[in-house]
Amino acid sequence: MIADFGFGVLVVSFLVALYSVLAAIYGEVKKSAALVESARRAMLLTWPLLTLTAGILIYLLVNNHFEVQFVYEVTSRSMPTYLKVTAWWGGQAGSLLFWSWLMSAFASLVTLRKWDRDREFLPWVIVVACVTMAFFIGMNVFFENPFAQLYQTFDGINAFTFQPADSILFTPPDGRGLNPLLRHPGMVIHPPMLYLGFVSFVIPYAFAMAALITGRTDDRWIRITRRWTLWAWLFLTFGLVLGGRWAYDVLGWGGYWGWDPVEIAAFMPWLTGTAFLHSVMIQEKRGMLKHWNMLLIILTYSLVIFGTFLTRSGVLSSVHAFAQSAIGPLFFTFIGLTLITSIALIFYRWSALKSETQMTSLLSREALFLLNNLLFMSILVVCFWGVIYPLISELFTGQKVTVGPPFYERATGPLWAALLFLMGIAPLSAWGHSTVKTLGRAIWKPAFGAIIITIALYMYYTHNIYAIIGFFLVALVLLVTLYEYWRGAYARQRNQGENIFVAFWNLTGRNRRRYGGYIIHLSIMLMAIGILGIELFQTETQGTVSAGNSIDIAGYTVQYKEVATWDDAPKGVSYTRAVVDIYKNGIYLGELHPRKDYYFDSQQNMTIPGNRSTMKDDLYVLLVDWQPISSEGATFKIYVNPLVNWLWMGSLLFMVGIVIAALPDKDPEHVVVREGKRLPQTSAAD
Amino acid sequence: MTTIHNATNLRITNYSEVSLWDKLLPAILIALTFTLIFSTLAFAQSPTPTDDDVNKIAKQLYCPVCESTPLDVCPTEACRQWREVIRTMLADGKSEAEIKQHFVTQYGVRVLNVPPNPWANYLVPGVAILLGTLMLVRGFQLWKRPLVAESASAGSKREAQPIQQDEYIQKMEEELRKRK
Repeated sequence: MIADFGFGVLVVSFLVALYSVLAAIYGEVKKSAALVESARRAMLLTWPLLTLTAGILIYLLVNNHFEVQFVYEVTSRSMPTYLKVTAWWGGQAGSLLFWSWLMSAFASLVTLRKWDRDREFLPWVIVVACVTMAFFIGMNVFFENPFAQLYQTFDGINAFTFQPADSILFTPPDGRGLNPLLRHPGMVIHPPMLYLGFVSFVIPYAFAMAALITGRTDDRWIRITRRWTLWAWLFLTFGLVLGGRWAYDVLGWGGYWGWDPVEIAAFMPWLTGTAFLHSVMIQEKRGMLKHWNMLLIILTYSLVIFGTFLTRSGVLSSVHAFAQSAIGPLFFTFIGLTLITSIALIFYRWSALKSETQMTSLLSREALFLLNNLLFMSILVVCFWGVIYPLISELFTGQKVTVGPPFYERATGPLWAALLFLMGIAPLSAWGHSTVKTLGRAIWKPAFGAIIITIALYMYYTHNIYAIIGFFLVALVLLVTLYEYWRGAYARQRNQGENIFVAFWNLTGRNRRRYGGYIIHLSIMLMAIGILGIELFQTETQGTVSAGNSIDIAGYTVQYKEVATWDDAPKGVSYTRAVVDIYKNGIYLGELHPRKDYYFDSQQNMTIPGNRSTMKDDLYVLLVDWQPISSEGATFKIYVNPLVNWLWMGSLLFMVGIVIAALPDKDPEHVVVREGKRLPQTSAAD
Repeated sequence: MTTIHNATNLRITNYSEVSLWDKLLPAILIALTFTLIFSTLAFAQSPTPTDDDVNKIAKQLYCPVCESTPLDVCPTEACRQWREVIRTMLADGKSEAEIKQHFVTQYGVRVLNVPPNPWANYLVPGVAILLGTLMLVRGFQLWKRPLVAESASAGSKREAQPIQQDEYIQKMEEELRKRK
């Protein structure tokens, strides 16, 4: 009964979203402010309606209503309550509802802003947001009903939205339980963050479309959506990082990123979103690249839907699975239609989107940003091709192929290096015009420092040529960014008489966008150190040892002590935990406890590493196999991951940087300076 | 001492007539025989492959069921059996290429982490990136031409903005230099 009620509310939400679309269009065509206002209120209503729908689903999940197919598939009696709640996004139907719910929340938020100066955008923002929302709610209503119930018929037990004739409701005694890999805290937060990132990118897209439809193609839409875009970027980045950390902690392969198609699906909108964040600055400062910015936000939106499509349609398993799935072709059609319509709108407004100024220097900030965009798009092309190549191969040759990490690493490696180099020089170039001389004068000190650091690394750390190039670029960007930061703070210290730390603080506060960006650049360098470390210097070994014996790797000694197995019946888990002693160059460092958890309900294993983590490296021990005490002992797979913690530390700083860049600037302060002869410009505030 | 037996006649040699060569020959023959036997045994039974030997190959393979999980780290029973197959084949003296070919024959090319003819895979993104670069170069050339008249007025307004923005830094630098 309550499941039927939930479905009813879902249907009403769908109808309200559709009404909102129609009322907004009709109201705009008929110039009826009342109808547009009605559409706005209808859009606002979708959030409480979908919250009620979600609340009903959570009630069913928490109270073990296994007669509901979705509840049966993702929960079990032994699961704790918080996991039953988070199981909401643990399956297809629930995750689509979760998408719609977040979309409705963002759509409601956007309608609550002051529209005084941008009233003409409102109906079209409603249309775009509600079309997207209606599409996702429609998926739930027509194809992936989270409230479908199990009925026993003559043909067996099947799920139906409405009770078939001559059937009885079937309630299984217990559910299948959530995939154990999804029970990790990282995985509890990771999907919501990714979805938040996905959904919030819809808002800038909606404004872009509104700008194209209304013909108001100045940079107003960009200024309105700048912070939306930054928050979207923050959520998406956070989601990706959490996914990486989850993989590191749970998947048991000693890494954080496997170039898995699902990972890439989330990574592609991040690439275009990052390019967009840089590119919009050119439009704001120079009135250029209006077509390009439109195209970038359209691509980002399409890739957001494409990412959801890839993970939800079954297309990654096989193109045949895609053809058989109900939602796959619909997703495909939706992406096609929105892409074609959006690009047609760009062509319709082509002349209005012409640049207002011209590119005057190939070393100007805008030229370097454009090069940055080219590199991001190149990485996107590699990723996109890597994901769709197996599908194309299967479709045209019938032969399935796998595109694994070697392809992505080789193809994107030089592009990442070029991006690092650009990050080193772009902050020193000025908007409008820069020359080799001005750039050279600004860069020589940091470049000299970077060379010294690189020589030291060559002498004392590594002779690996890729590492040397990578560390040089990292050192260059770090020093350029710190140098720029220091120059600003030093000028402030002298000018305002502030303590240097106060000067740093105030400098950031008065120009958050610029210095938030610098913090992001610094954080990326920390992440780059971690990536270089694990990618170029990771060592691994595997061996079977009996109790008391040890395995040596990279200066560490891992000595096996014992293994124990016990069941936790209420949780439905069987734990097998090994105890190993760790030594480094003969010095005892402590114990690690790698383990394997076996979940009875889903009949799946989860490998939890024993990890000793320092800024220098991680010793990452996995329990691969074990035998009874009298036999050989246990098999361990051991990784030494140098510098990987820099990656996580950089990720945290990255978040801080985005938050700083997204917050509004403090009131500008008047800087007292003496008028005098102007020096040639070597740097530029953004 | 060397004794040569013949079915038809028996000759007993005089010790004083035995040359050095005669003394050494049997020892050399025995040594050669043992060397031959042991080397053949050693060749037939190559050292037991280590887990690292197995994983080096397994890392390049994917089983068709466990999508996106390389064989060396996949925890399923099926993948464990695949690793045992690799171990057995290594012990039988099979090369890495032969082992990979065995799995391709059995399960198709999807088991490889790199598609066959991998350079073809680089072609499409390579061409796309090249086209993008050419478009960018062309774009730079076009942008550097004089602007059309109707956008000139807007342009002059635009160009004023960055200079105002950059003035802050200019003034800071100016101040710094003066105070040095």
